Amino acid sequence: MDTLDLARWQFAITTVYHFFFVPVTISLVAITAGLQTAWYRTGKEKYLRLTKFYGKLFLINIAMGVVTGLVQEFQFGMNWSDYSRFVGDVFGAPLALEGLLAFFLESTFIGLWMFGWDRLPKLVHLGCIWMVVLGTQLSAYFILAANSWMQNPVGFRVNPERGRAELTDLWAVLTNKVVLVTYPHTIFAAFMVGGAFVAGVALWHLLRRPDTDRAVFRSALKIGASIVLVASAGVAISGDLQGKVMTEVQPMKMAAAEALYETEKPASFSAFTIGTLDGSKEIFSIKVPYLLSFLATGHFDGEVKGINSLQDAYEQLYGPGSYKPNIPLTYWTFRLMIGVGMASAAVALWLLWTTRRGRAPARWLIWLAAPLPLLPLVANTFGWIFTETGRQPWLVFGLLPTASGVSPGTTSGEVITSLVGFTALYGVLAVVETKLLLRTIRAGLAGTDAPPPDTEPEQPDKPLSFAY
Amino acid sequence: MELTTVWFVAIATLWTGYFVLEGFDFGVGMLYRVLGRNEPERRAAISTIGPVWDGNEVWLIMAGAATFAAFPEWYATLFSGFYLPLFAILVGLILRGVALEYRGKRDEPVWRSRMDAMIVVGSLLPALLWGVAFGNIVRGVPLDADHEYVGSFGTLLNPFALLGGLTFVAVFVTHGAIFLALRTTDDLRVRANRLATRTGALGAVLAIAFLAWAQALRGDAVSVGIAIAAVVAFAGGLVANVLRREGWAFAGTTFAIGLSVVSLFVALFPDVMPSTLDPASTLTAVEAASSAYTLKVMTIITAIFMPLVLLYQGWTYWVFRQRVVVA
Repeated sequence: MDTLDLARWQFAITTVYHFFFVPVTISLVAITAGLQTAWYRTGKEKYLRLTKFYGKLFLINIAMGVVTGLVQEFQFGMNWSDYSRFVGDVFGAPLALEGLLAFFLESTFIGLWMFGWDRLPKLVHLGCIWMVVLGTQLSAYFILAANSWMQNPVGFRVNPERGRAELTDLWAVLTNKVVLVTYPHTIFAAFMVGGAFVAGVALWHLLRRPDTDRAVFRSALKIGASIVLVASAGVAISGDLQGKVMTEVQPMKMAAAEALYETEKPASFSAFTIGTLDGSKEIFSIKVPYLLSFLATGHFDGEVKGINSLQDAYEQLYGPGSYKPNIPLTYWTFRLMIGVGMASAAVALWLLWTTRRGRAPARWLIWLAAPLPLLPLVANTFGWIFTETGRQPWLVFGLLPTASGVSPGTTSGEVITSLVGFTALYGVLAVVETKLLLRTIRAGLAGTDAPPPDTEPEQPDKPLSFAY
Repeated sequence: MELTTVWFVAIATLWTGYFVLEGFDFGVGMLYRVLGRNEPERRAAISTIGPVWDGNEVWLIMAGAATFAAFPEWYATLFSGFYLPLFAILVGLILRGVALEYRGKRDEPVWRSRMDAMIVVGSLLPALLWGVAFGNIVRGVPLDADHEYVGSFGTLLNPFALLGGLTFVAVFVTHGAIFLALRTTDDLRVRANRLATRTGALGAVLAIAFLAWAQALRGDAVSVGIAIAAVVAFAGGLVANVLRREGWAFAGTTFAIGLSVVSLFVALFPDVMPSTLDPASTLTAVEAASSAYTLKVMTIITAIFMPLVLLYQGWTYWVFRQRVVVA
């Protein structure tokens, strides 16, 4: 493997890993904030206990999100220095805005929320967690705007003297039609994960410890499962809009999603195919007629361009070379994203149905407690693998090939060192984090039923004593 | 002022803020294990940075991102050239960040010792390597005509840069000890105060040597003046520490670190990455800068939001201004 492949593997591993924590963080902080708001408004103790319980799980999770995010900020320069030189003028701006508007907000107000329970007035303390929510949303928007620029570069010009892309319109970058559909899609998808996490944890407690805090966990189960359902509807609608934008700006990615080699009108969507891996020859497939046309164009008889004709067109435009992404990868990740995501929505619906009006869930459902949050999480991963590999061979679509972005001076030894180092470290941390998470989940609401803090903060001259 | 210069100042400010703030939480991270003699003391010591360390670290992310946006060439050359030290810094910061948050989550001695080890290593390693990195930036590194780093990892481990690393560690330990003396009570406070005097003496010797060498390499009248002011501030801080005036002592090390970093950046300007090979290969601020439009937009947005950031970050310190008692 050369430096390019190694750098790509490193980016893939560190980014996919980072994004295990991102959707949980985005959604869990908002759900925690919602629970705390419910406690503030109603004064019901169950909401306070749930706030503390899920808040603790959120904190365990965000610690990993923060530290793995640091790597993201550094590795553009470390492994992709020519990319950084070429796009920094444009791509750097949303990243800097993310730091300035989002990261400061998140990190500062998490500290205030975590340590401020008995030092801040109730309403101010509640405001702190909502500031964290705002921070995570801004962070998501800016980083998705940066990523969307790579999918569909806008608001720039290429300066031939400097040999780089230069920003001409920041507003255009921030209102890129790709980010406008990607942001809701990503956020709804994150809420599927968080909702499923809340529901999965609650389900486990209801079945394993049916006599402990039953009513509280019933509420949590319903809240979580309802969030999954609402979010999955949001994911479907935003995903549908996204498909149309993608067909317009990255038709090759849409063709690769279906492994559609020849242009079809109308085009059908295959739910499953057996054949050659790259989909060029099929032996058996389950097809839904007209569906791809609808996904891509919004019309049941719309034309969907095939890979071969797009390849010819791109050769005309960009010169000789292959402009096809890894077709088996895009084909299957696209299907798995949709399939696994739909499965998790189905599980959530079933849970709501089976626990309706005070009914107790069946014992065997405990086997769904762990898969429930993992399904939408994996669907998130498949979605990202699809959209990022579907952009290949481009790093910035139509502007910069991936091969041209890698650091020219970095040796494969250096990249191997960091690749192996990060992978090993991340592996160990995954074990540590998962164990701690499971331990905290098992401990349940014990320790969260401390009397609610006074409405007034402590005496200002009283010394602080808090356990970290 | 040219926007390029404005952004050079902005980058210098971000690094200054980073080292002043994370300097004391690195120091606390390196010290609390030995300074605290039992678990309640250690927990109290580590709690002094609990609500703030994460916000302090964002100054680093901001320095990186602002360099990416305002000086893409600088970001590209620096981050790809200093590959292995940055990798080690990241590993350190990851270990530290996770351990700080997870330490209190399990009440078992073995768990805590592991987390303590991660925090100590994760504070020491980045402190040392940032010193090495900044030593190399000021001293210059081998760059070719494309501003690509052509040295090896060994090139970065030259005596000057290593002195920089040791200086950072000693000064941050002192800064952290003074912070602990300012933020704790009783025995812990007394011990932190005494330790600061001892490490401070060593830190002063190292800092004077490092700053003098740096100024000899590429200083001008202004940067020399600032470096002298930094040394004076450090000395003043140590005197205040001996007199048990903790607030003044902390102000002293804060200004010492801030002025030292500023003196290095003033010495560096107008270059951002000097080359030790052909002087024509040196990367200057103007060569590294983004377009006028990008700099203008970023300037406006930063001017609006940075005061807000300072306001709420300052408020955090105000909320948690009370001393932490050993419980």
